Amino acid sequence: MADVTLRKVVKKYDDVEAVRGIDLDIADHEFVVLVGPSGCGKSTTLRMIAGLEDITDGDIMIGGDVVNDVPPKDRDIAMVFQNYALYPHMTVAENMSFGLRLKRYPKAEIKTRIDEAARMLDIVELVDRKPKQLSGGQRQRVAMGRAIVRNPKVFLFDEPLSNLDAKLRVQMRIEIKKVHQKVRTTTVYVTHDQVEAMTLADRVVVMNHGRIEQIGTPNELYHNPATKFVASFIGSPAMNFIPCRLEESGGKLHVRITDRLAFPLPPARAARYQGVSRTDKLLLGLRPEHITEASPHPETGVENFDATLDVTEPMGMETLIYFALEGTQVCGRVNPNAGAQDGAPLRLAVDLNNMHLLNEVSGAVI
Amino acid sequence: MTSTVVINKAAPTRPVKLRSMSRDRTWALRWSYFFLTLFAVFALVPPLYMVITSLKTSAEISAATNPWWVYHPTLSNYVELLTSNQFLTFFRNSALVSIFVVTITMLISVPAAFALARMRFWGSATLATGVFLTYLIPETLLFLPLFKMFVAFGELTGIQLINKWYVLLVIYPTLTVPFCTWIMIGYFASIPKELDEAAIIDGASWFQTLTRIFIPVALPGLIAATIFAFTVSWAQFLYPLVFTTSTDQLVLPVGIVTTLIKGDVFAWGQIMTGALLGAAPPLIIYAFLMDYYIAGLTAGATKG
Repeated sequence: MADVTLRKVVKKYDDVEAVRGIDLDIADHEFVVLVGPSGCGKSTTLRMIAGLEDITDGDIMIGGDVVNDVPPKDRDIAMVFQNYALYPHMTVAENMSFGLRLKRYPKAEIKTRIDEAARMLDIVELVDRKPKQLSGGQRQRVAMGRAIVRNPKVFLFDEPLSNLDAKLRVQMRIEIKKVHQKVRTTTVYVTHDQVEAMTLADRVVVMNHGRIEQIGTPNELYHNPATKFVASFIGSPAMNFIPCRLEESGGKLHVRITDRLAFPLPPARAARYQGVSRTDKLLLGLRPEHITEASPHPETGVENFDATLDVTEPMGMETLIYFALEGTQVCGRVNPNAGAQDGAPLRLAVDLNNMHLLNEVSGAVI
Repeated sequence: MTSTVVINKAAPTRPVKLRSMSRDRTWALRWSYFFLTLFAVFALVPPLYMVITSLKTSAEISAATNPWWVYHPTLSNYVELLTSNQFLTFFRNSALVSIFVVTITMLISVPAAFALARMRFWGSATLATGVFLTYLIPETLLFLPLFKMFVAFGELTGIQLINKWYVLLVIYPTLTVPFCTWIMIGYFASIPKELDEAAIIDGASWFQTLTRIFIPVALPGLIAATIFAFTVSWAQFLYPLVFTTSTDQLVLPVGIVTTLIKGDVFAWGQIMTGALLGAAPPLIIYAFLMDYYIAGLTAGATKG
């Protein structure tokens, strides 16, 4: 058990900077997920923590000790790989005990640990099988078992669920969370799937182009994204970004989208955006769930407007609607009984209490 | 329901045979069997002739009878060779040389291949290509300079290696190591990178990764390389012909040719018998390990 600290960590491959100076503090027992599109440097960061990649600059500390030049085997970490990386010629039990056997643990101790891990992961009846005889989900369990028996300071997961089908992925996600609740080992988990990141993490680290865009709890990232990248990456369907500008009319601050469409801002938002230049090109960021069917008695900050729907997608518990605003496609979520139909007009409501305002040029959330 | 009805209706109207497909297939099969037979005959007639000749006496061999038939079969050639100390010495020399060469080759080329395939170091890719290029230099080009080198070595150190069977233990690896290293590089490269990373994180050293993970996983490739090294050293002719001359230092192929041909007298029966007996060990090894050999070679081929 240990905390992990990254200080201005840089990784260069020849002239390409894969990781550009990352600062990250991971507390003991914490489950941190690194998430981002492919090539954002998240896997490289994980591999640097593991010691599989040298760091070009900066410091990595595990449990307070700088481990920059410590080989992987002396870092006391365990890693779970995307393709499981089980040793094909060994049985499940041999796979799980390989690390312990190398360290010459007593046989009885090894057996106890394997039994315990196998029970936790529900693979007791598989311990004598070879990896070839296991399904994808079972292999992933064994790979996790191999990490658990080592009882390391840190667990590292490198996209462990990417090779599984959608249903199994959801199941294994819950499994991983359960394991972490039991063993409480500090965990760094890499994924490109924002749903995985949101559901598993104590804190999510969103990365892009080798930099950290934002660190926060899943809810913080969802409700208070710092940049346009985070706002669009977290959440599905993604947040809508509608070009707009601010204007003053009748003594109230409005967000104007088209010549005919402008919404007055609720007092809290108006106060927050008072200082924004009226000429700046802005984006109105709205999550789909804040564009719903119109209500007869709208609350403060909820404004009704009319739209003609292009496409509707009934999902069962809700219907996703798509319509165009000033050439931008906008997605909303309405009640399945709201009468949304392809090509038909519908009166909608927008909840500006949950709006975001972004600078179109810098992408920063204001 | 409807779909079953359609199939039931359609079935009787269609001819039972799928004509065009089966006709193509039949012809493809006929041609392949024709050529397979042709090549089998081509390859198997010489050994058959050797077997026939080895069962004849010298008198019958030189007699003007049908050479494809044995009128008075005898095992005398076999008995003579297998009881002759000379022949058994050749056999022993060949066996010793081959076993040692295989061992030396594996001890060099497996770690070398592992290093070239996995430990990224400066020039490793160039070195891997270089290793293979050395294999392309024909031995007919090398034997003279090599001979000169051993003469010089003998003069400098006083250690005379020429005309000793164990000089071949130094020379054969120049043939076997490059090719075996190349096969093993291909095989090791096909092992997923995560496997050694997992081993390293589990606490294995490079050496443990090689012995406990790579060698067991690459066993088919290893066996293929072993068989190759064995075949090369067992069948090598030019180098032992050049480097060894005393009869007690000769290996089988050279021994048969130099001792069973006396002047212009060819002991054909014994030559054929000796050649057959000499061909037996590789044949037996191939028969048992054929599947491994093919699996090893093809895996190396696709990933090399």
